[in-house]
Amino acid sequence: MSMPTADYLRFATVALRSYTTRTVLIVLAMALGVASVIALTALGEGARLYINNQFATLGTNLLIVLPGRSETTGMNPAAMMGETPRDLTLDDAEALLRSPYVRRIAPLMVGSVPISFSGREREAVVLGTTSEMQPIRRYTLAQGQFLEAGDASRSGSGCVIGSKLRDELFGPNNALGEWVRVGAWRFRVIGILAQQGQTLGMNTDEIIMIPVASAQALFNSPSLFRIFVEAKSHEVIDKTRAEVRSILTQRHQGEEDITVITQDAVLATFNKIIGALTLAIGGIAAISLIVAGILIMNVMLVAVTQRTAEIGLLKAVGAPGKQILQLFMVEALLLSLLGCVIGIIVGVVGTAILRGAFPDFPAQTPTWAYAMAVLTAVGTALLFSYIPSRRAAALNAVVALARH
Amino acid sequence: MIELIDVHRDFQVGDTVVHALDDISLTMTRGEYVSIMGPSGSGKSTLLNVLGLLDQPSSGEYRLNQRNVTTLNDIEQATVRREQIGFVFQSFHLIPRLTAAENIELPMMLAGIAPLERQRRVRDALQRVTLTDRAEHRPDQLSGGQRQRTAIARAIIMQPSIMLADEPTGNLDRHSGMDVMEILEALNQSGIILIVVTHDQDLGERARRKIKMIDGKIVSDGP
Ligand SMILES: Nc1ncnc2c1ncn2[C@@H]1O[C@H](COP(=O)(O)OP(=O)(O)OP(=O)(O)O)[C@@H](O)[C@H]1O
Ligand SMILES: [Mg+2]
Repeated sequence: MSMPTADYLRFATVALRSYTTRTVLIVLAMALGVASVIALTALGEGARLYINNQFATLGTNLLIVLPGRSETTGMNPAAMMGETPRDLTLDDAEALLRSPYVRRIAPLMVGSVPISFSGREREAVVLGTTSEMQPIRRYTLAQGQFLEAGDASRSGSGCVIGSKLRDELFGPNNALGEWVRVGAWRFRVIGILAQQGQTLGMNTDEIIMIPVASAQALFNSPSLFRIFVEAKSHEVIDKTRAEVRSILTQRHQGEEDITVITQDAVLATFNKIIGALTLAIGGIAAISLIVAGILIMNVMLVAVTQRTAEIGLLKAVGAPGKQILQLFMVEALLLSLLGCVIGIIVGVVGTAILRGAFPDFPAQTPTWAYAMAVLTAVGTALLFSYIPSRRAAALNAVVALARH
Repeated sequence: MIELIDVHRDFQVGDTVVHALDDISLTMTRGEYVSIMGPSGSGKSTLLNVLGLLDQPSSGEYRLNQRNVTTLNDIEQATVRREQIGFVFQSFHLIPRLTAAENIELPMMLAGIAPLERQRRVRDALQRVTLTDRAEHRPDQLSGGQRQRTAIARAIIMQPSIMLADEPTGNLDRHSGMDVMEILEALNQSGIILIVVTHDQDLGERARRKIKMIDGKIVSDGP
């Protein structure tokens, strides 16, 4: 016959109730720790979701093709012979439209060139691309229009500039229709991008966009920096990637010398980084639970001292040391569970209030954070109550009974 | 049946050794009523603690019902205490946050006895110590005599064969002291070995067998 769990819980509950202040204090400390794990990880997870949403506004279903293989598996004979990877060309880009999964493509060339207008000069990033880049990257215009649609292999003289570049070159004057000098060439400003700031590591406010064929002439090179590919839907991203690979490999005489990255893959990296950060934040919050654990240990040590006579009596009426250890540890367990319940309620309510105050920020506690909070709370409670409980169990019955 | 054979209990206090029990041998059989008297520090409580397995002899052997209990481990000794021995202390040792009924129930709870059976036995025990109407009172709501009667009810709840009482009336007035003694003696009538440590000459005289101790030795033992 062993003592039923219900009796352990009842005995512990009655004991905890008789030390109200102490019990409330510990439960509060535990609850605070649990609540902060829940609230802080909600912030981290919120940041992750926020960034995912930002990515979504950048253009979904996006694949980016770059020259060269990045995921080299094993030996690469081309690299060993000192060959550089084959260039990506405009024809390569256009060939991708053969795939039924591809909605649109836009080639991209990038270079840094001095730009000037009536004596004012500065260095700017020049992007060579086509009209299709606008829907792919969701560029919005403050004024004028985007690059003209048409044959990508034909150069043109229209350019689109970022808002900051506009301010620097033209100041308060009208820019639309003016001719700017880009290197040795001249382009007419046909559009000005709406202010957008930093997206994906490039500040679009400071760039100038020209037709890709003009860029090829300007940079005196046929090779593209990137090809942007938009798949018809999110479901066919993987198929699109395979098709892009096979089309380009075919065009490159069977050599798979390109890399296709998907937005999903980029996002996955971001998610991994922020996920790790969230875990770290949650871990730091969990440390407060360990502090609560130390509090439990102190309070239990005091309890053992105060209840020495009771422990002696328990021994006299037939409780072995092991059972006394359990009685005390159940008290600690109850304290931590109570702290968990209250902490979860406070954390969840707090997160809901946060969401109400900042509707754009999707604060949301990840499931693992609940598990982490509860396991840490219960784990530290058991760990730190073990020493006091063992001390209780090891008390000399005669000495204990002499105290009251 | 209780047998102590050449039992010593020494305490090291600083440089000196105190012989609290100095070569004690004695036998007690079913239904005996024994009083232990002697001056303060003569080893009466120590003897009771050894008999109750709360304390271990430094040397010698303690046999309880033909079984050597000196060499038992913690769990086995706890079981013997639970099943064979009832304690009554001068200071009652009730748990203050529990009601009288819950205090009486405690040994059964620790033993894992089913709740229904516990309730039945608590009711019987309360009746036996005439405290039925105080079942739900906490110790601070009880008089000294009622507290000691609660403690006795707790001591008999596991139906022990030995009752050890260390100055059971020490904190009580004469009248409640007599009540308590009568309850203990009634238990003895039903076959339990009753051992009472007391300073009270009159109480000591009530026992059929009187042991006198001085300096850890039994100096007289007889009717
Ligand atoms: N834990 C201990 N450590 C050291 N000495 C002890 C301990 N317990 C008892 N003693 C000593 O053993 C001797 C016997 O003590 P015990 O408590 O048995 O006496 P007693 O006869 O019960 O006295 P009283 O009538 O005052 O209760 C005393 O000298 C006491 O000081
Ligand atoms: Mg004594």
